[in-house]
Amino acid sequence: MVWMQRTCAVVLAAQSVWLGGCGDPVAARPIGAAGGGTPSGLTAGAGGGGGLATAGDAGTGGTGGAVVLPADDVPVDFFRDIQPILGDYCVRCHGGVRELGKPPLNLQSRENAAFVLGQPGFPESSLLYLKVSIDDPELRMPLGQPALPADKLNKLRRWIFQGAPWPTQWSFAPLAMVDPTSLPVSNEAWVKTPLDRFVLNRLDQAKITPSAEASKPTLIRRVSLDLVGLPPTPAEIDAFVADGAATAYETVVDRLLASPAFGERWARHWLDQARYADSDGYEKDNGRKNAWRYRDWVVDSLNKDQPFDQFTIDQLAGDLEPNATPLSRLGTGFSRNTLRNDEDGSDPEEDRTKRVLDRAATVGTAWLGLTMGCTQCHSHPYDPIKHQEFYRMYAFFDNADEVTTDVPNGTGTMPADVLTERNSNRRKTYLFKRGDFLNLDKSVELQGGTPAVLPALAVRGTIPDRLDLAKWLVDAKNPLTPRVFVNTTWYHLFGQGLVTSLEDFGSRAIYPSHPEMLDWLASSFVSNGFSRKKLLRQIVLSATYRQASVTRPDIVNDLENTLLYRQNRVRVEAEIVSDAFLAVSGLLSNKRGGPSVYPPIPPEILDITYNGIDWPTSTGEDAHRRGLYTWHQRTQLYPSLAGFDRPSASVSVTGRDRSNTPLQPLITLHDTVYVEATQAFAKRVQEGATTGLHDQVAFAFRLAVGRLPTDEESAELEKLHADAKVTFAAAPDSAKAAVGKFQPQGVSTADAAAWIATARIILNLDEFITRE
Amino acid sequence: MHPVLERCLLDRREFLTTAGGGLGGLALALMLKQRGANAADAQRPGALQYPIKAKNCIFLYMAGAPSQFDLFSHKPRLNELNGKPPPAGLLDGKRFAFLQKDTAVLLGTDPSRTFAPQGKSGMVLSNLLPNLSKHADKLCLINSIYTTQFNHHPGQLVMQTGHNLQGYPAMGSWLEYGLGSGDQNFPGYVVMNSSGAFSGGETLWNSGFLPSTYSGVTFRPTGDPVLNLNVPAGFTRESERRGLDSLSRLNGIHKAQQLDPQIAARIENYELSFRMQTEAPSIVDLSGESQATLDRYGLNRADPNIEIKSERAPAPGVYKNFARHCLLARRMVEKGVRFVNIFAGSWDMHSQLNPEIPFFAGLVDQPIAALLQDLEERGLLDETLVVFASEFGRTPLGENRPGYATVTGRDHHPDSFSVFMAGGGAKGGLTYGETDEIGWSVTKDPVDIADFHATILRLFGVEHLALTYPHLGVDQRLTPLTREAKVIEALIA
Repeated sequence: MVWMQRTCAVVLAAQSVWLGGCGDPVAARPIGAAGGGTPSGLTAGAGGGGGLATAGDAGTGGTGGAVVLPADDVPVDFFRDIQPILGDYCVRCHGGVRELGKPPLNLQSRENAAFVLGQPGFPESSLLYLKVSIDDPELRMPLGQPALPADKLNKLRRWIFQGAPWPTQWSFAPLAMVDPTSLPVSNEAWVKTPLDRFVLNRLDQAKITPSAEASKPTLIRRVSLDLVGLPPTPAEIDAFVADGAATAYETVVDRLLASPAFGERWARHWLDQARYADSDGYEKDNGRKNAWRYRDWVVDSLNKDQPFDQFTIDQLAGDLEPNATPLSRLGTGFSRNTLRNDEDGSDPEEDRTKRVLDRAATVGTAWLGLTMGCTQCHSHPYDPIKHQEFYRMYAFFDNADEVTTDVPNGTGTMPADVLTERNSNRRKTYLFKRGDFLNLDKSVELQGGTPAVLPALAVRGTIPDRLDLAKWLVDAKNPLTPRVFVNTTWYHLFGQGLVTSLEDFGSRAIYPSHPEMLDWLASSFVSNGFSRKKLLRQIVLSATYRQASVTRPDIVNDLENTLLYRQNRVRVEAEIVSDAFLAVSGLLSNKRGGPSVYPPIPPEILDITYNGIDWPTSTGEDAHRRGLYTWHQRTQLYPSLAGFDRPSASVSVTGRDRSNTPLQPLITLHDTVYVEATQAFAKRVQEGATTGLHDQVAFAFRLAVGRLPTDEESAELEKLHADAKVTFAAAPDSAKAAVGKFQPQGVSTADAAAWIATARIILNLDEFITRE
Repeated sequence: MHPVLERCLLDRREFLTTAGGGLGGLALALMLKQRGANAADAQRPGALQYPIKAKNCIFLYMAGAPSQFDLFSHKPRLNELNGKPPPAGLLDGKRFAFLQKDTAVLLGTDPSRTFAPQGKSGMVLSNLLPNLSKHADKLCLINSIYTTQFNHHPGQLVMQTGHNLQGYPAMGSWLEYGLGSGDQNFPGYVVMNSSGAFSGGETLWNSGFLPSTYSGVTFRPTGDPVLNLNVPAGFTRESERRGLDSLSRLNGIHKAQQLDPQIAARIENYELSFRMQTEAPSIVDLSGESQATLDRYGLNRADPNIEIKSERAPAPGVYKNFARHCLLARRMVEKGVRFVNIFAGSWDMHSQLNPEIPFFAGLVDQPIAALLQDLEERGLLDETLVVFASEFGRTPLGENRPGYATVTGRDHHPDSFSVFMAGGGAKGGLTYGETDEIGWSVTKDPVDIADFHATILRLFGVEHLALTYPHLGVDQRLTPLTREAKVIEALIA
């Protein structure tokens, strides 16, 4: 055959999945570090610590030799105890995305799993139990890997003994109504808000006492970084420390929530989920001069505490609302943030379908915590969303056209990129077989629809539209949206979610650490009119939030702090690193909104991408704006933000990395923006404290990290300053170069340079870029 | 022992028929079928252990996609059919970036292009690669690789990351994640761009959903190799050291109070970063290299005076840059850098193919040949995998896009193209795979890019199915989740 046709590889693969051999002995094996490198482990476990870690089982501990395993009739919780075992040990290989060649194992429901479960009540009749418990490593699952720990085997056994109950997936079930006042706690005085009862009740059960409240300087720095993304000023710290009223902390919280900087900080979280950027991505990566209109709309929405339900409706269907205004249409810019490929020769219809796919998938990630990427091509036996259901979500967006229209801005109007619904010549939506837009299943024309595992969609007219979808997402009957939103909010305030799988509330979701509290917060959020500020206030006022973040060596059974016996110490996000440098140096501009800006960037960077990128470096105060406003070019990320894990905005991101790398010190010690901020900071310190080095060090320390240095810390810095002064006194040219244009009045150049040497160390303290 | 278990051990097949309980007829039949397949698996020896052949990789990325017909794929019949329409039915269902299907005709190679067998293996290579031809017996040439993408950026993403969407980790990131960096003073994944502008940019070497630590670190073509290596004006390495000593103590004091291991990691990263400040410049300091070495790589070469269309034209000095980058790659591999990615191009010759391709062939031929020889002489070739690859190939049809008065180039061709490997356990002197007489489709030994990736990982001793990372609810990997990638044993020495 001369003209060989390439067969669709997906078809072949699918066949081999279902008909392939059982137990292909190709499995994970440990690989030691080669060449002296750091061993990373080939498979990262969800809960850390290696390939097959389970989560959601905190407080149980391992099973040492002396531990007596519970009897068969000791109750197990399916979601907490069993589902993680199935997920980690079975679905990994036998699930939908199983290793090719392994037999499918349908673990989506009790019915589907019946044949491996055997006869409920009789573990010995269960193929599943036998396969994981058998001694013979040639037969035992997971193949080629260590056997399940005894406590997990015991749980499986108990579960089957107890009839293998398989309740509805917890995340899709209606919100549970647990009254926190019904929960006994050991220390009523500790409780500051109702959520504290949930936390303390669990801690009591684990016989763990909560941590003490953080010191006032730590607390105000924490809540300032969390709510407005800026460190508190010394005056703000002083006012808080001096305020002896019981409501002193509430006063701070309310001030922060009312600050316009609040919207700038919390918009950033949503913009990550909205994959907002200032360019198209792909080869051309053309600039989007109007993208900032959507960004500012999000900031405004947060600052005026627009209810999250309306925020949702405006973004998905702002153009379809009966009382649509140009401003509410601006919210549909949400869907204009998709990548776009204008590469010469690319297929415009293919790219359009990619954008529509992304819109449907992003609704899944951002509102429902459901990953829909796989369902673009096929259904998984264990996933709640089916292939056709995904294309019903797709159908909502298939007739949304992209337009640019004038929208009011201040006193005039300016163009903005929005959606508009096509009313004539409408596209017909079909399922893409195997995700291929050229391979449509024309047997059924699809209309907009929502996943069957969730409450039904209410349709206003004859054709389900985006407004129906948006209203369904925020309908009081839909439990998933508030659960996901509350969990993401919690993540931003504690560094980890109550559900640690932030982007996966499907069947492989990690069971919540505090399921009743999650549901209580979710239903309070709904009953409080979807107020984001009220939700934040409720959480940050809690005793749980206010705890010290110091690691507790006395607790060995919950190193990950699942039970919330302390706060977590987290490295601040990229924009906060940059904003904090500019803020403490006094350089930060408080100009709000408007087109994105171009702070200085190494010129070599700009040569890398296609045709180079226009980077008209900003001058004046635009060189010192908050990181939120930095132009985001998708194929060339602003290096100092990317170095601290600013995502690329290719896809919706709920939680960022918090990397700790050797390239980060090069940014904070050497990048021109940071060097300038350091120089300005040093000048500010010398001008702000004129009563000697010791006081200057104290002032600088407080500016940077919000507290006074200890004697030991102060002595170290004073010695550093003294040594640097000697060095610079002997090298006047170096001193002058170090000081640059930031020479304070009435100070010797050597002194000023020595202060810069000191300042750069203070601003590189781990504590400076950490929220404690 | 429980009777069922006992029975199970005695006779696995029998067990399946007696385990009873919930086993329905269909499930039973399915499982029996699987047992049959499993018998063969059980005989496959050593499936869990692979020898580590390659420790490092130098991945030479030919951005824009070279014409395989001018370098690797000799098609006399295509030359005979020059100007003729393609065989009937060939273009049914095909999509092209620019080509007009109705009027396209086949395009032979220029008469000056000759092919001859080289070395003991008799590998057939073009006269555009005179230096590489001397190393034919080291090359593992694949003439039958194919991709799913026909646009540059998605195609480049597939070759670099295994997926056609942004947000997936590059192969270099996966290898650094899986194996670590071989050098404590240096990033494990370094990227060098010899040619200046090209599509894709950072999306081709970032770590996607892997921690950002594993992103490729770009070495700048001139000046400091890594961004922000230099201490600020007025400071010296000594004064920086003095400051870092204080910083280390201060962070240590705080660590003693907070007991947070992240502080220890931060302290260590400041130290590593300080060491990198000398290591990185020392790697680009070529004063210790002999003039003969520099000449062999071609650091003395001026760009030839060939006019290149502006959209393909590399930055001036590209001949020197690419030669220097190949030499730097060897120096990095010596230091233990796991993965070096060099980008050169643009080979995207939709027009002016014949006059322009000598420029790009000449750009890469001498330095890559020198690199192979240098690695061999230093005993590094056995453990260093050198890869030469692109996003796709070019059509046997001439490109006749609207507006082109004459046909002088080729369009993007995903159905078959050529890549090669050398060293690192790849089988030298092997020409693998065949295409039909006009070089359109693969006729023998097709190689999916996913197979290519799986094979490369195997050379590193890594099972591609086992190198995974959980993301969006799925254990992701370099190779696709939706189709089977196979290790091609024939490519392994």
